[in-house]
Amino acid sequence: MALTTPLDVDAIRADFPLLSRTVHDTPIVYLDSAATSQKPTAVLDAMDAYYRTVNANVHRGVYFIAEQATNDLEAAREKVRRFINASSVSEVIFTKNATESLNLIVQSWGRANLAAGDVVVLSHMEHHANIVPWHMLVAERGIELRWIPLTPDGRLDLSDLDALLDGAKVLSVTAMSNVLGTLNPVRQLTDAARAAGAISIIDGCQSVPHTATDVQALGADFVAFSGHKLCGPTGVGVLWGREELLTAMPPFIGGGEMIRDVRLDGFTCNDLPWKFEAGTPAIAEIIGLGAAVDYLTGIGMDAIRAHEHMLTEYTLRTLADRFGPDIAIHGPSDPDLRGGVFSFAFKDLHPHDISQILDQHAVCVRAGHHCAKPLMKLMGVGATARASVYLYNTTADIDALADALESAGAFFAF
Amino acid sequence: MPGLEDLYREIILDHYRNPRNRGELDSPPAHRVEGFNPLCGDEIVVYLDLDDERRITDIRIGGQGCSISQSSASMMSAAVKGHTVEEVGDLTRAFKAMMSIHESSLGGEAAEPVELPDVKLGDLEALRGVVKFPVRIKCATLAWNTLAQGIDEALA
Ligand SMILES: Cc1ncc(COP(=O)(O)O)c(C=O)c1O
Repeated sequence: MALTTPLDVDAIRADFPLLSRTVHDTPIVYLDSAATSQKPTAVLDAMDAYYRTVNANVHRGVYFIAEQATNDLEAAREKVRRFINASSVSEVIFTKNATESLNLIVQSWGRANLAAGDVVVLSHMEHHANIVPWHMLVAERGIELRWIPLTPDGRLDLSDLDALLDGAKVLSVTAMSNVLGTLNPVRQLTDAARAAGAISIIDGCQSVPHTATDVQALGADFVAFSGHKLCGPTGVGVLWGREELLTAMPPFIGGGEMIRDVRLDGFTCNDLPWKFEAGTPAIAEIIGLGAAVDYLTGIGMDAIRAHEHMLTEYTLRTLADRFGPDIAIHGPSDPDLRGGVFSFAFKDLHPHDISQILDQHAVCVRAGHHCAKPLMKLMGVGATARASVYLYNTTADIDALADALESAGAFFAF
Repeated sequence: MPGLEDLYREIILDHYRNPRNRGELDSPPAHRVEGFNPLCGDEIVVYLDLDDERRITDIRIGGQGCSISQSSASMMSAAVKGHTVEEVGDLTRAFKAMMSIHESSLGGEAAEPVELPDVKLGDLEALRGVVKFPVRIKCATLAWNTLAQGIDEALA
């Protein structure tokens, strides 16, 4: 079967300066976009231009470039709003990263609304960023956590979902696993949560960069994601929330920017979204994120998903053809049910040793627990090796991965 | 560029394939201690028998990890068995010095040249190449840190 892609990948690769570098005198094969993506020139240029020609603190400034900086920042917010189809820019809050977005929800909404015995439903495939903030609230408030189990092929086992959600106040789950690649049925989950009277929080860290996102169609109350995984810079993330909830929530971090008035005896909060943006924001990074979503929108999120679907099919087939039973790829085997994240076990090799040898071939993959230790435990492993793809990867990258794996296998052949 | 042969010396691969002193000891009387490498999820379990003369009379290693952490643990177990905790302390310092970790420079004091114990590292020398791969140093030192903790606990 012929594999086709709607993308002009050669042209896309030319947009990413890092992809033309070598490592150990070998052209780099970057297969770690689930950890962070590479950045296109458009993003680098936007940030550089801001610092070179516009740099001034935002909001409040009366002079020309201060107003320009404010406008550029707010224009980036509008770009992000459009990218996720939020109904208003009031619902688009800039944070440091997805981790901070999730902590904001827990610390602000959670502390205002949850008391001892209240139930929060998570899943076994969550990233630590969607576990630890809740554990902190367990310690502080005595809330109760329930866990959606997984099927053997790494999908959410929803057979007892209604029972798990019974009496729950919150459902907080990832849209796509950063370990298994599983794409979860978000709409089904948010519908079930609403029917049970719970709010729903979606960790969109892995899904938003790779699939078209319409927060209104998702039916969630909050969606969190990071800029750096979607071709943007590090240091900026997004929290989208329904305006009604955000309005009712107490502030998270206090300081400048988030206030309307401060007196000796108290303060009043600023309007949304600034109420949740205390202090000088990551202005250049936010502008860079705006450029990133422009870049992705220009290419087309559906085309990106189609390209990665093709690469997923190719990867699963190539690794199975070349290594048969010597390789086990975790997660669903149907490319319709997963994104381009491939955690695998290869022969008896430890993930550290695999990634060390792959590095000699300039193939960048991650080894470790991927900030998902409960999932690792469930899988019965301490760590996995993980390759992940994005719009700039090619079937040749997957061939390079397979070649490097072959030499790792030979090196450790006992 | 450091090559793979700097890291994966034959002796290391041999200890990885055929780990020495692998297993468990009944605890108690043996002292059992666990170590974790939080970065990669590697785990090690050390079982220790100490006699009245503060001598390690027996040692076993359990857990899971990469070739570097497993072979380092295996070599360590062979190197410390039959030695007193004082001798093991010297060996540990010498090993960590080879890994470019000096106890005295961890305290924040100005780095003075450290007086290194004059001990023979033997097979452990094979791990010298690990310093060229800084992210792997923690793999090589995991067993040693766990052993040191176990000795402290056993003598406490
Ligand atoms: C599913 C998921 N959630 C949350 C995070 C946390 O993202 P960040 O470290 O950018 O806050 C990640 C990133 O590793 C992730 O993959």
